[in-house]
Amino acid sequence: MSTPQFTVGQRVRVRAVFPPGHIRTPYYTRGRVGTIASLAGIDPNPEQLAYGQLDHPPVPVYRVRFRQPDLWPNYTGHPQDTTIVDICEHWLEASDDA
Amino acid sequence: MTHNHPHVHPQQPDLEDAPFTEYQVMAQAMEELLLAKGLITAEAMRQGIEAMDAPNPADGARLVARCWVDPAFEARMLESVNSAAKELGLNLGQTPIHALQDTPQVHHVIVCTLCSCYPTALLGEKPDWYTSRAYRARVVREPRAVLAEFGTHLPDDIEVHVQDSTARHRYIVIPIRPEGTDGLTEAELAACVTRDCLIGVALPRKPR
Repeated sequence: MSTPQFTVGQRVRVRAVFPPGHIRTPYYTRGRVGTIASLAGIDPNPEQLAYGQLDHPPVPVYRVRFRQPDLWPNYTGHPQDTTIVDICEHWLEASDDA
Repeated sequence: MTHNHPHVHPQQPDLEDAPFTEYQVMAQAMEELLLAKGLITAEAMRQGIEAMDAPNPADGARLVARCWVDPAFEARMLESVNSAAKELGLNLGQTPIHALQDTPQVHHVIVCTLCSCYPTALLGEKPDWYTSRAYRARVVREPRAVLAEFGTHLPDDIEVHVQDSTARHRYIVIPIRPEGTDGLTEAELAACVTRDCLIGVALPRKPR
């Protein structure tokens, strides 16, 4: 079982890559910076599970909180509005952006 | 009413009016093979279908009403909906369901932008609009406008938190108990909570 690499409150950037396959990382988060809200769980990697590859180790999945203005440049609601997305660890990298 | 008038009635197609799709044929063939080879029984098949049809939003409403009257239960719900629900006799299976607690400062709303992930084991079949492209695309981009279309007008100073269920985890909202419900029983409180409240597009209200 993988030990989670990121901690709650840490800033992370979603990798801006576009591989084919059963990807569960929404396009609108790619390249965006958010904050680890919590560890959702340590789960089978959907990118392998979807193709019947059952013998891989599970991966940490985080609830990542994005400020809406960071996702949508013309966002008009409350500046503290957020979207939380469940993202697998291999899609995240540490970020220095505040 | 007589029908010797010149207008045309729209026809609702019957099930048999279209050919079976490839997937319908495959599913039917698989079912017949499993039964013929004795791998499952017709009785087990019926029980499975009934188990899938059994969950409904009233179960979610019961959990919320219990949270409103019992803060210790609410704390257990926030730990794990699956284990707390067992106290009310509900077996929600293995897929983890998490509760998102609304506060006077924060309102939650749930979506699956990628497909149709929904806490089916608790609430049963999802509403059609939940899987529409319009809801999935818009509720993350302009949640306040979408909520307003559902009749939910939030003050500007309440934060909206959208939960996108992109992984294995499922979510429900624990909304705020409506005002003027102090004297209600737990069952009456549950009647204030609709399916839409549990998704977060509506707010509970006291039935008239």
